[in-house]
Amino acid sequence: MKRFQFMSVRILQGLLALMLIATVNFMLVHSAPGDPVSIMAGEAGASDPQFVAQLRQQFGLDKSLPEQLGTYLKHVAQLDLGYSYRQQQPVVKLILDRLPATLLLTGSAFVMSLIFGVGLGALASRHVGSWIDSVITVVALIFYATPLYWLAMMAVLVFTVQLDWLPAFGYFTVGADLHGFAKAWDIFQHLLLPSLTLALFYMAVYARMTRASMLEVAQMDFVKTARAKGVAPGKIQRRHILRNALLPVVTLAGIQAGGMIGGAVLTETVFAWPGIGRLMFDALLQRDYNLLLGCFLFTAAMAVLFNLITDLVYTLVDPRIELS
Amino acid sequence: MKRRHLIQAVPAAALGLSIAGVPLHALAQAKKGTLNVLVQPEPPGLMLGMVQNGPTQLIAGNIYEGLLRYDENLKPQPQLATSWTVSPDAKVYTFKLKPGVKWHDGKPFSSADVVFSCDVFLRKMHARFRASLAQVESIKAIDPLTVQFTLKQPFGPFLGIFENGTMPMVPKHVYENTDFATNPANATPIGTGPLKFKEWVKGTYIQLVANTEYHQAGAVGVENVYFHVIPDAAARAAAFESGKIDIAPGGAVEYFDVDRLSKLPGTAVTTKGWEFFAPQSWLWINNRTKPMDNVKFRQGIWTAIDREAMAKIAWYGFAKPATGPFNSHISYASADVPKYPRDIAKAKALLAEAGYKGETIRLLPLPYGESWQRQAEIVRQNLTQAGVKVEMIATDVAGWNQRCNEWDFDLAFTYVYQYGDPALGVSRNYTTDSIAKGSPFNNVSGYTNPKVDELFAAGAKEADPEKRKAIYLEVQKILVTDVPVAWLHEINFPTLYRTKVRNPVSSGIGLNDSLGRATLA
Repeated sequence: MKRFQFMSVRILQGLLALMLIATVNFMLVHSAPGDPVSIMAGEAGASDPQFVAQLRQQFGLDKSLPEQLGTYLKHVAQLDLGYSYRQQQPVVKLILDRLPATLLLTGSAFVMSLIFGVGLGALASRHVGSWIDSVITVVALIFYATPLYWLAMMAVLVFTVQLDWLPAFGYFTVGADLHGFAKAWDIFQHLLLPSLTLALFYMAVYARMTRASMLEVAQMDFVKTARAKGVAPGKIQRRHILRNALLPVVTLAGIQAGGMIGGAVLTETVFAWPGIGRLMFDALLQRDYNLLLGCFLFTAAMAVLFNLITDLVYTLVDPRIELS
Repeated sequence: MKRRHLIQAVPAAALGLSIAGVPLHALAQAKKGTLNVLVQPEPPGLMLGMVQNGPTQLIAGNIYEGLLRYDENLKPQPQLATSWTVSPDAKVYTFKLKPGVKWHDGKPFSSADVVFSCDVFLRKMHARFRASLAQVESIKAIDPLTVQFTLKQPFGPFLGIFENGTMPMVPKHVYENTDFATNPANATPIGTGPLKFKEWVKGTYIQLVANTEYHQAGAVGVENVYFHVIPDAAARAAAFESGKIDIAPGGAVEYFDVDRLSKLPGTAVTTKGWEFFAPQSWLWINNRTKPMDNVKFRQGIWTAIDREAMAKIAWYGFAKPATGPFNSHISYASADVPKYPRDIAKAKALLAEAGYKGETIRLLPLPYGESWQRQAEIVRQNLTQAGVKVEMIATDVAGWNQRCNEWDFDLAFTYVYQYGDPALGVSRNYTTDSIAKGSPFNNVSGYTNPKVDELFAAGAKEADPEKRKAIYLEVQKILVTDVPVAWLHEINFPTLYRTKVRNPVSSGIGLNDSLGRATLA
């Protein structure tokens, strides 16, 4: 009952926050210089007032800003994200088309970074001060400090251009017409570099955080008690230290998960991965208002959702935490 | 066997698939006659009658056709029209259409389509064509294979507007009595060209295939053309280097990569195929405000700029310093004009003469990539050396458009296509009647000179080439003296391609209508 109440209050809050976000985003996007019509007229290499007026009217930009905002919010409340005039498709379709590729990339990177990050962090803390610890700490620091963009470019130059082990760009081999396992394998090969590049940064963060947090917990009295009672060291590491040390990692994982939808712009750009981050970035440059707002709202909704999930996960990891 | 092939073969063999041992990507490439081309950015649409940006023309130019095609000297060649006659008073143009031409959906092409395209569709949807259409009195279908254009007065460059970017033929049976902008057929373009639309996976690729019913038997040399969307310039260069890409059109990779990539084995570079567009770059100078309203100040600015160094450093030689408003590829261009070689001392003297007192001058770079950025840095340095205080304004493309549209700049970089003839692509940047807010391609600098207006008007309606030549020589001399803008370069966009691709460029508009005619060795 308590859980149900908690959930319904949070969902209501979330919906209110989303409406507020939609309004603020609308104002922000419209305050950027230029509009989609001037961009399209500019690209055409020639334009006249008739062309511009025609497009403005077609895109609904001839109305006043409050009027446009009202229309937009009304549509959003009805779960209608509008139409991208530039791409000539409904916004929802454009986003959903990109969703599988996005989730594949960010989801695999999320899982990989979490497993390896926590694993390496635990390993380092267990062997603190040894060469294993030093290696893990230094490597984590390097990946933490290296710009993602540079790492991605280097990965392409080494593994694709020099060694020719992996495909250069995209999400599958265009024109290969593969099916079944061959298709999955093809996608896997394309996924490997982008996913790894994206995972490395968070892996480094998780490793550093897990290590620090575990070392801290290891000093606590209940660990000493467990040790005094003669509990096996492996068990202490897993059940007493790791579990108690995971809370900050969960917090960070919640943030990473919340950004999974739109947070991979750089990786998607370098590897020509057709994800939502790129869709959003292009929409920004082209002032494709509806599409940009749709992407913003979608990613905001994901962030709200994952915040909620994170709170629930806290209670699972540490039953002492109560929902209120 | 390369390592990558091994990686691919192993799991297939493990599963006992029949393809075991044969590398998958070898299978993918076994299809003969596939061209892989870069496109950047992803086009907003492929309906050439409605969208004319660079990527759209590159792809859709191979789907749609005009009545004529142009060689690299911009001489008209038959295409959908086989022959044409011009009346002695240069006002009536009669075109004979090619019999037996079919649209990609199998319906026949006829003079009704031509009249519909020009008089109805493009009149409504195509801003640049509309400007030329103002010269036309009527367009009539005389019979199913004859079309007659009657002009209000002679129009010198009229035979130069029949290529597919300016006057693409669109199918009447698909568009008549529909709302053109929202017609669902825009997503599956239907033309008469050598390539047909097959598929568009947004964010990934666009595929065109050979039109087996093409009206020029044997002209189509490829089976498949894929246009790959790769958003990052460095990644595009890597993709070309890895061998997965056959053609990188002009501007697809940065200029500092062009030189390196062109030296790879089996790779060539050409600057042909831009003769019709004749891109010319310059600095808009806002003639409306002080101190730019003073001709001495503008001459000083132009004299301060080191265009030779820019051509070498920013453009890696793929640009030629401009001597004036006409790109040398367009008709009646002349180098017989006053020259402004770089001379800092002279620039300083001119600026002093203009009464320049160290006001801050806002410089607006064109956010089109590394070369444009470097060029802007060089100009800032040059102007600073001449004692001009420069503030660089950083924007994205939308911001650049906005500021040019609203005249909110002092100096702004741009480049403009000149479309083969001064009456089509030059006069619009200097005449008084093309001063209007809302477009970055008209007379943005706000320069006004009644003599220039008069000469451009006379040149447009003169049919005799000799007389036009004299008129345009005079106008070039006046402009180069008045310096309404500071001309920088004719840009020679380099097309990188694998030498196994034969004849990738066979016209004055380049890849835009040549890709389907290329062949693979």
